[in-house]
Amino acid sequence: MDAAFTSRHPRLRELLLTLKILSRNPSAVAGALIIGIMAFMGFSADLLAPFDPIRINLSERLNPPGWGHLFGTDEMGRDILSRVMHGARISLRIGFMVVAAAGMTGSFIGAAAGFLGGRIDNLIMRVMDVVLSFPPLVLAMALAAAMGPSLNNAIMAVAFVMVPKFARIVRGEALAVKEMPYIAAARVSGAKNFWIIFNHILPNCMNSVVVLATLTLGETILIAASLSFIGLGAQPPAPEWGAMISVGRKFVMDQWWYATFPGLFILFTVIGFNILGDALRDVLDPRIRR
Amino acid sequence: MNRGSPVIEVRDLIKNFAVSSGFFGRPGTFLRAVDRVSLLIRRGETLGLVGESGSGKSTVGNCILRLLQPDGGQIFFRGRDLAAMNRRELQTIRGRVQVVFQDPLSSLDPRMTIKRIVGYPLTVSKQVRGAEVEDRVLAMLREVGLGKDHLHRYPHEFSGGQRQRIGMARALITEPECIMLDEPTSALDVSVQAQILNLIHDLQKRHGYAYLFITHDLAVVRHISHRIAVMYLGLIVESASKDTLFENPCHPYTRALMASAPRPDPFNRQDLAVLPGDPPSPVHIPPGCRFHPRCSSVMDVCRLEAPPRVRIAADHEVACHLYPST
Repeated sequence: MDAAFTSRHPRLRELLLTLKILSRNPSAVAGALIIGIMAFMGFSADLLAPFDPIRINLSERLNPPGWGHLFGTDEMGRDILSRVMHGARISLRIGFMVVAAAGMTGSFIGAAAGFLGGRIDNLIMRVMDVVLSFPPLVLAMALAAAMGPSLNNAIMAVAFVMVPKFARIVRGEALAVKEMPYIAAARVSGAKNFWIIFNHILPNCMNSVVVLATLTLGETILIAASLSFIGLGAQPPAPEWGAMISVGRKFVMDQWWYATFPGLFILFTVIGFNILGDALRDVLDPRIRR
Repeated sequence: MNRGSPVIEVRDLIKNFAVSSGFFGRPGTFLRAVDRVSLLIRRGETLGLVGESGSGKSTVGNCILRLLQPDGGQIFFRGRDLAAMNRRELQTIRGRVQVVFQDPLSSLDPRMTIKRIVGYPLTVSKQVRGAEVEDRVLAMLREVGLGKDHLHRYPHEFSGGQRQRIGMARALITEPECIMLDEPTSALDVSVQAQILNLIHDLQKRHGYAYLFITHDLAVVRHISHRIAVMYLGLIVESASKDTLFENPCHPYTRALMASAPRPDPFNRQDLAVLPGDPPSPVHIPPGCRFHPRCSSVMDVCRLEAPPRVRIAADHEVACHLYPST
């Protein structure tokens, strides 16, 4: 890219630099590739999928994988490949919605707690500790069950469970950032607390948030699939991976392909996010970078 | 506003810090970081505040900047008591007292470009908007010796000296009357130190800023200050004009400081006089004169009574029993 152009757009320049460093990291490339393929399948499922994921075709019930149906068909004669591709869209959308909601709320809560300190900090973090003390899947299950089985309720439940993770990480960072002299300089210039939180604290915590968000995406997809598996998330006939495994479970002895392919997709997506997150953690660490 | 009119006056400033918060929130031990310090900073003048680390010199500065709430005494800005001001009045004063910190890198937000950093005091106070900010930033960068091609860069892309220039530009953009310089050169290479000191000096000549220059470096303070106050354990032990202080240092602590500073004269080599002992902890301040455990001319009275502050010449005050008040 043109040097004169990037010199006037510092954000873009920094982003390009980060991407350049990332592209030299093999696990980052592998993770990004897996997620890229999943995202591509999800986005273009309408165009690429060979069959309608929902239309029932009883004459083709439970066909094994073959040239007509690469991944076989289910008990209603629906093409599993098509369903799995549409499932990628659902799972990624759940993941990104949950992480966006939990990331923003959690980061703000954590930044406020760390920066303001004192009683506010104590109050906020004890509430977060209570939430953290439950295993995430159990709490998400309880919440989703209490709100009633639907995909949106599952998303809200998982987002709620993920908030404290972000709050805790950002609070720790905020404690370090708030002692920096540039915060004192901002105060001298008359900056108020919330201005400082949004303009200094949060931007300087972003690296950790990005890493945590990537790792949380994998975990979220897994939990959301688990909720759907027990019937609390996506409802039939939605082609959600967890829900597919749940039904396919009954056929696993004779029709192995039914539960296997959605399972593999969950596996690869979660692994993809995890190795990308690990690589990001290495790359974004400023001590290593500069 | 003629030269020499007082900009900041500090009277009997006291600042305590809690050492331990005690059991169940009861007040624990306190240390007195600043003990009845009085200072006068005049327009166009540099007041050098000298002391070892832990002497409370930065605490005085932070109280003036209102980063810390004083526990006693008064601070006047142009004759108006800061403590008596309400929020709105304080807002009008924001930006008229500015600061430059010791570490030039950590005093600049790594996530902001130079344009945002330098324009920051203007955008925060919403005095100026849009394109005018960029114009003012550019003018300020030129003033400190930087240029247009630095606008869209991040602090980590600069050298130490350049960063300190950026810090200066940020402090000056609000057209302040008083600038607190908290060891602005001690993190820099010697050659760069001189450049920054000259810049600080030139800017004062051009704009008549009042400086509070906090440092532990006597050579620097001699170069830049008009008047000097020497602090020891939260107390000002001697204050005088620069020439008086260097020609006739009176307090044993001042003398010891000067004797321990290396002299650049290879033909007249002397062993450096080393001040015995460490500065005692401000939590356990010695009774009597707080310098007596390390003083070379200690007398009996020093162990019992704290010396009063005595005016021994027109612009020369000492707190030492060697100079009894008459």
